[in-house]
Parts: sequence; C-alpha cells; structure tokens
Amino acid sequence: MAKDKHRDLSHSPSHIVKSVLGTGFFVILCAIIAFPILAGLLASFRPGTELIRRGLAIDLNPTTMTLANYKYLFGGNADSIKYFMWYKNSLLITLTSVVLTLIICYFVAYGLTMYDFKLRNFLFTLVIATMMVPFEILMLPMYKEIIKLHLIDTYAGVIITGLCSASTIFFFRQYLSGLPKELLSAARIDGANEYYISVKIILPLAKPAFASMGILCAMGAWNAILWPLLVLKGAEKFTLPIGLNTLLTPYGNNYDVLIAGSMFGILPIFIIFLLFQKYIIDGMTAGAVKG
Amino acid sequence: MKTKNFLYSQKVAPYVFVLPFILSFAVFWVYPLITAFTMSFQKITATKTAWVGIANYTKLLKDKVFLIAVANSAKYMFFTLVLLIPFPMIFAVLMDSNIVKAKGVWKAILYMPALTSVVISGTLFRLMFTEYKTGQMNLISQALGFGTYKWLKNGWSGMLALLVLACWRWTGVNMLYFLSGLKAIDTSLYEAADIDGATPIQKFFRVTLPLLKPTTIYVLTISVYAGLAMFLESYMLWAGNSSPNNIGLTIVGYLYKRGIEKNDMGYACAVGVVLLIVALIINFAQLIMNGTFKKED
Repeated sequence: MAKDKHRDLSHSPSHIVKSVLGTGFFVILCAIIAFPILAGLLASFRPGTELIRRGLAIDLNPTTMTLANYKYLFGGNADSIKYFMWYKNSLLITLTSVVLTLIICYFVAYGLTMYDFKLRNFLFTLVIATMMVPFEILMLPMYKEIIKLHLIDTYAGVIITGLCSASTIFFFRQYLSGLPKELLSAARIDGANEYYISVKIILPLAKPAFASMGILCAMGAWNAILWPLLVLKGAEKFTLPIGLNTLLTPYGNNYDVLIAGSMFGILPIFIIFLLFQKYIIDGMTAGAVKG
Repeated sequence: MKTKNFLYSQKVAPYVFVLPFILSFAVFWVYPLITAFTMSFQKITATKTAWVGIANYTKLLKDKVFLIAVANSAKYMFFTLVLLIPFPMIFAVLMDSNIVKAKGVWKAILYMPALTSVVISGTLFRLMFTEYKTGQMNLISQALGFGTYKWLKNGWSGMLALLVLACWRWTGVNMLYFLSGLKAIDTSLYEAADIDGATPIQKFFRVTLPLLKPTTIYVLTISVYAGLAMFLESYMLWAGNSSPNNIGLTIVGYLYKRGIEKNDMGYACAVGVVLLIVALIINFAQLIMNGTFKKED
C-alpha cells in the first residue's frame, strides 16, 4: 500500500538526512533485537561446558569454533535419538492440531456468518467470552478433566482442548463476512445443498484465511509449553520445548544438546515465517483494527 | 430420507455447523470454569474432597507468598503497559513514514522473537543475565564502571530481566498491531491537517492518536491479560518455579506451585479465581474509561 502522507520531498537534502536517521534507528533496534538469537547461534558452535561458565560470551575466534554440538545432535547417540523423537512428536502434534483446528473453526465461523438464525449473536458473544478468561485459570480443572477422560499422557489430550480456538473462529468470521452472500443463493438455485456450498463454493474462496490461520496455529502449537507440560508425562511423548526444558538441569551436563537443539528447533518456524510473512501479519492483526 | 431432509434444511444447517463450538464450549470452558469455582471452596487431597467454605480465600489473604506473587504480577503488568504501548506506537508511526527504507527487513527481524519458544528465549536471556563476568549484562555494567552484579538474585534486577525479555519478545508484535491500525486511517485527514498548517507533533496528537484508539484498546487488553497471567518467562529465567526470595514468582506461578507441585488443587483454584476477578475488573475499568460502552457519536 503506497501512501503519500507527506509532500514529495524525497530528493531534498533534509529528507536524505531524515531518511538516514529514520532507517538508522531501525538498524540499531533490529541489531539489539537480533542479538540474543545470533549470540545463541554463535554459542551453538562452542563447547556446551563453555556456556555454563561464560554465558553467551561472543567469541568470534574461528580456531576454537566447532561443529561438535551439531555432530553430536545428529550423531545417532542416545541424546540424539531422544531429541529427534521430541522433534517428531512436535511435528505430529502441530500438524494434527492445525488441520483439525482449521476445519472445525472454518465450519463454526461459516455457520455464524452465512446464516441468520436465532442464536447467532448469542453464540458469537460466547465465542468472545471465551477469550476473556485466561487459559491459566481453567488449566487445573481441565487437567483433572483430562485425567477423568483417560486422555492424560496422550496427544489427543494435548490437542483436544484447543481445537475450537476463539481467535481462529473470530478471524474466519471476519474474512467470510467480506464475501458476497449472493453466492449462496445462486448455488441454492442451482440445487446445491448447504454442506456442498460450504465445502465446494465458499471454502476455496477462503484459502488466504486458511493460510493465515494455519501458520499462526502452527506457530502456537510448535511453541506451546504450559498445557503439554501438564498433560504429557512420559519422556518418550514430550514435545520439543518440553524436552529441551528437561535438559535445563542445574548440573548442566546437557548444554551442548540444549543449545544446538534450540537453534535447530527454531528453524522450521523461521522458514515458514520467511515464506509466508504476509499471511502471518494479516492474520495476526485482523482483530486489532476493527476492535 | 426424512432425517436427511431435516439435516439439509436451511434452518438446521447452521446448528450443525456450530455444534463443535457448542460442545467444546460446554466441555472445555463452562465445565472447567464452574469446577474452578467449586474447587476453590474445597479442600482436595488424594483420598477425599471436603467443603471448606471460604477458608481457602481467607487463608489466601493472609498468605505472604501469595501477596508477593500478586505484587510481582501487578508490577510486571504495569511496566509492560508503560513500555509496550507508547514505544511500539512511536516505532510504528516512524515505520509508516516515508523516511524509513527497507521496511520489510526491519518488520521481519522485529517479529523474530515472537517466533521463538519461551523455552529457548528464556534460556538465552538467563545466560545473558548470568552473574558471571562474561554475561552481556555484566559486560555492560562493567563498562559503565559498576562491576559485576547478581542479576537474577535481586528483586529489582530480576524484574528488569523479566521486562527486558518481555520487551524483546513483544515490541515487534505490538508495532505490527499499531502499523495495521495506522493503515486504516484515512490519508485525507493528514492532507487536511497539512492544509491547516499542522506540525507533525500536532498531527500525531490530534489525528493519529485518537484514530488509533481501537488498536490501542486491543493492545491494552491483551497486554493486561498477558501481564497478569505471565508465568513461563519467569519459569524459564530461573530454570524452574523457584526463584531466590520468590523475586520471580507470579500469580500463575503460585497457582502452578500449589496445584501441580504441592497438589493442593482447591487452594490453587482460589488463586485462579482471584486472578480472574482481578483481570475482569481491570479490563472493565479500562473499557469504561475508554468509553467503549458509550454510544459512538
């Protein structure tokens, strides 16, 4: 979106000075923001024991840098097997919960947007209401509930509570309400039934919304900690963040796996982000403009 | 055939579509919420559950550790509001102006921290705030001539570490919220202000700020909740739920400690109910102050 809020002064000397200052400001800000991750990346090429003794000390001496942590991480030893088991678990949980969340939330939003029915506004108010209660308050009763349902220490237990995500329904509803309703009446005249319309006619039009929400849900699921930490008990079922967290012992004998594993664990999300940046920002900011 | 026609009718279809929400709402919202309230009036042990009336709440009011947790969460929330609303807003206005080049690059970099799991970012920040002299914070403090400091062992510096982590993670995200709010402002308003000879400062306070209000309220609301419910940041910075003299203990941290670590679910639920009431009061107060419930002119 090109916007000219200011008269075109782009070639005047004063504008060039401002431009250097403005851009320079963001260069410095970004350098500060990027620092911890870059420092972590550098640290992952140093022995794990050094991390405990020196913190994230920046040391660019190439002769002491080593690939040992990564070699160890991919080396097929016991730690490596454990790490990739967590990685696989995280991928599995993320994929399943994203696919199911998108399908469920799309249809719920479709029902709330495309029809004028008695309970519509009431139900939408309930969707908003669920956003008003922090998850942390429901966490303990939900934990007991999951035990009662025999879903403790299962992936189903991790996934099931978040499938009907209010913010995802909210976003789909905003997107769907921008589509012309005439599409439905036209399809009905052609003899299509309600479910056919929702799947074959409207769903393809909502692809950008699926992309935005899919990526945001994936980021949430990949990085989720609190709920999986409660539900998953066995080390062989841990997700990556939970597993990495167990390496954080005061004895610090696992810092080589921890730092290399952390950096390799950021990778999938960073790749997705770089590929789909536009969708992420659209999806994330949808609620902030209209309030 | 009859049931098929029934399910396929335009009257029934919407209910079929919203059914998953109704089920999930009942099972994973209403039920746990009611249970949280009822459990908060109970003493729950491994073998039996007994009603104790408001005993959990009266005990809470006298619980010094709980009061420390409330103070920590309140302080944290207050400072995140002070730091994470005005600055990202100014950054967004600057980013939206025509004096910044290569905007896409900066936006992407500023968003990166939000992609990083708290387990990883918490670990990185713990290493930077280490008490050893090679940690980044101690390098800065030594360069300024103050010598080394035990950052994660003192109250004010522990809070500082939490706030630095929060700013690191959320500055970019909040800036993007404000940027999208700025995009929604009609440019002709700025042109009109230009014609009237308004200075950039006047334009910011008279045009930008009032028109950003919906975005500001949104960011304020999510920040109030995120601030009050903060737990994992502290859990990761101190590598577990215990910090020296509870300097990093938050309300949710205390709920977790009581409910999960000490298995005293009833008492922990009372903590949760207090948190819910505080969150709702603050939110309603700020919505009323912002005039959300008044009819728009």
